[in-house]
Amino acid sequence: MTEPVATKQRSVFARLHLRERIRDRDQAIYGVLLIVAVVFPLASLYATDSTFLVSQAGHAGTFVLLAIGLNVVVGFAGLLDLGYAAFFAIGAYTYALFASAQLAASPLHHAYHLPFWLMMFVGLFVAAAFGAVLGFPTLRLRGDYLAIVTLGFGEIVPQLFLNLDQWTGGINAVGGIDQPTLPAWITGPWAGANDIAIVRDFNFSFDPIAYYVLIVILVIIAVILVSNLYRSRLGRAWMAIREDEVAAAAMGINTVTTKLLAFAIGASFSGFAGAYYGASFGLVSPDSFLFVVSVTVLVMVVLGGMGNITGVIVGALVIYFILNSVIPSLPAAVESFASTVGLGSLNDRNGDWPGLAGETQRLQFLVYGLILVLMMLLRPQGIFPSRVREQELKHAAVLEEETVVEQAQAG
Amino acid sequence: MSQQPAAADNILELTDLTKRFGGLVAVDNVSLHIKRGEVFALIGPNGAGKTTLFNNVTGLYQPTSGRVVFDGRDITGSRPHEVARWGIARTFQNIRLFDFMTCLDNVRVGRHVRMKAKLWDSLFKLPREGREEERVTEEAMELLRFVGIAKHANQYARNLPYGQQRRLEIARALATDPKLLLLDEPAAGFTPQEKVELMKLVKKILTRGITVFLIEHDMKVVMGISERIVVLDHGEKIAEGSPDEVRKDVRVIEAYLGKSA
Repeated sequence: MTEPVATKQRSVFARLHLRERIRDRDQAIYGVLLIVAVVFPLASLYATDSTFLVSQAGHAGTFVLLAIGLNVVVGFAGLLDLGYAAFFAIGAYTYALFASAQLAASPLHHAYHLPFWLMMFVGLFVAAAFGAVLGFPTLRLRGDYLAIVTLGFGEIVPQLFLNLDQWTGGINAVGGIDQPTLPAWITGPWAGANDIAIVRDFNFSFDPIAYYVLIVILVIIAVILVSNLYRSRLGRAWMAIREDEVAAAAMGINTVTTKLLAFAIGASFSGFAGAYYGASFGLVSPDSFLFVVSVTVLVMVVLGGMGNITGVIVGALVIYFILNSVIPSLPAAVESFASTVGLGSLNDRNGDWPGLAGETQRLQFLVYGLILVLMMLLRPQGIFPSRVREQELKHAAVLEEETVVEQAQAG
Repeated sequence: MSQQPAAADNILELTDLTKRFGGLVAVDNVSLHIKRGEVFALIGPNGAGKTTLFNNVTGLYQPTSGRVVFDGRDITGSRPHEVARWGIARTFQNIRLFDFMTCLDNVRVGRHVRMKAKLWDSLFKLPREGREEERVTEEAMELLRFVGIAKHANQYARNLPYGQQRRLEIARALATDPKLLLLDEPAAGFTPQEKVELMKLVKKILTRGITVFLIEHDMKVVMGISERIVVLDHGEKIAEGSPDEVRKDVRVIEAYLGKSA
């Protein structure tokens, strides 16, 4: 008799299963990320009165998108891809060439100005196609060999864009890229307007807030799609291949096409990100897609927690913050620290000594390296690891302990 | 050859199957046929080529020469996933589970080949994909119950005790809806009690209309459940027949115990 009464009295809190959701770590992280995504631009606009931080966040979002895509390849299917930036470049150039005056100077003698919304999907498919083209001959290779081939691909693609200067402008880059337009947009005090109003025929024209909204939506879409894949027939097949390729094949999984799909889907996200990048910067140049970009994204995936979408997102944000905020501000911070502790004399240039700030500037990648090593030592499984990685590492530790015990007993 | 039944009764026929690795002949001109619905055993000393023969049937190796006909279809040289699709499932001598996937997911991977969900279905979680996932989860749970490890459904395969890992591997193989199940030393490392349970399980599998082809060292298990036996030694077939016939065969005794002085 008491039970129905009890259920009636359940609060909204209980009905939304909030408690269970919070207990589920991933759901909780998504919740926090979503709140931060909404609060961050408002807070930063209020605090700094400039859109600089918002545009930085938009750029960080590009890397979140890249990390989510690379996670499909590296984390789900277990294929090490060291040339991921190549697909990013392909996506960016696909949009840049067909949405600027660039092709007028090419042998085509005609400039194309296709809309962003269309080209975003074209970029996605072009990058996916290149993923398949690269994957087809190489996915028979395993582990290290695959890594080397993707590394080569990552080196070749920017070189191609550099040297095909008839088409791509080479070192001069592609500039004047079209901005996305929308039939309607809401403006308000956050964008410097006086009232909330609806703008007709809205042009993004480097509006950081509009780009921020766009990238947040893109990331949300990417997260939903990738989580769907993760919990599907295909996601299980990827994991099975990662765990044991022979057994997976014996269970009827076509390992070649399944790996190819991982490659193509991973590539398609970077194609997506590439189109966004091209539009938001308005400029695409070959040296934005060098090896260091591939490595940075890989670091984001590994440090965030390979195979776990929330971990990868947080990893991307943390690494981006370290690279673009912590490291650049170090020289000034060190300088002022030296002055306050009374070592101000170190700040002056003197012969070979470039001053403390200059020296820190020189050593910034050493610092970055140290931070990475520290993070890996403190949390080898990543910031928010997938449960699988957690178990694997625990298991390895147990094995290690067992052998130590065995050796002790033998000795 | 005259006593060989009509082809339609044979689920698997191997004709002059040979596999060479360089100079080594691992399987030498072996012919055998397995009847629908029987338990057929392949025995022989270590290194006789039993597992190599399995690998040739399941497409892990390409035979050097000879033919493999399954259910009236020539599958010689097919790729492993095609073989699975046509209805041959297997377990491995040294258990090869997906260690860091749950038991349920291991079995659901086995179901992969009978699922229809395409990329778009999964990407956008279409209703028919959801219904299929639900059905497959139920089927996988049913198989876990069938082999008796349902209570471990959400544990990592890695964390199961050894005997249950072997059972899980059988459940995963059954999930592919096979007509022929190849078991590679299913009783290896088992206690006598576990062996009895395994024999019961094999009999239960037979009632599902699945033919069983097994490699086994333990003579009690082999003699207890199999109707016919083929003996391999140094890649060659040296005997074939009922358990009683094989037990008395002079060449078999020699192969196992060495030529007596």
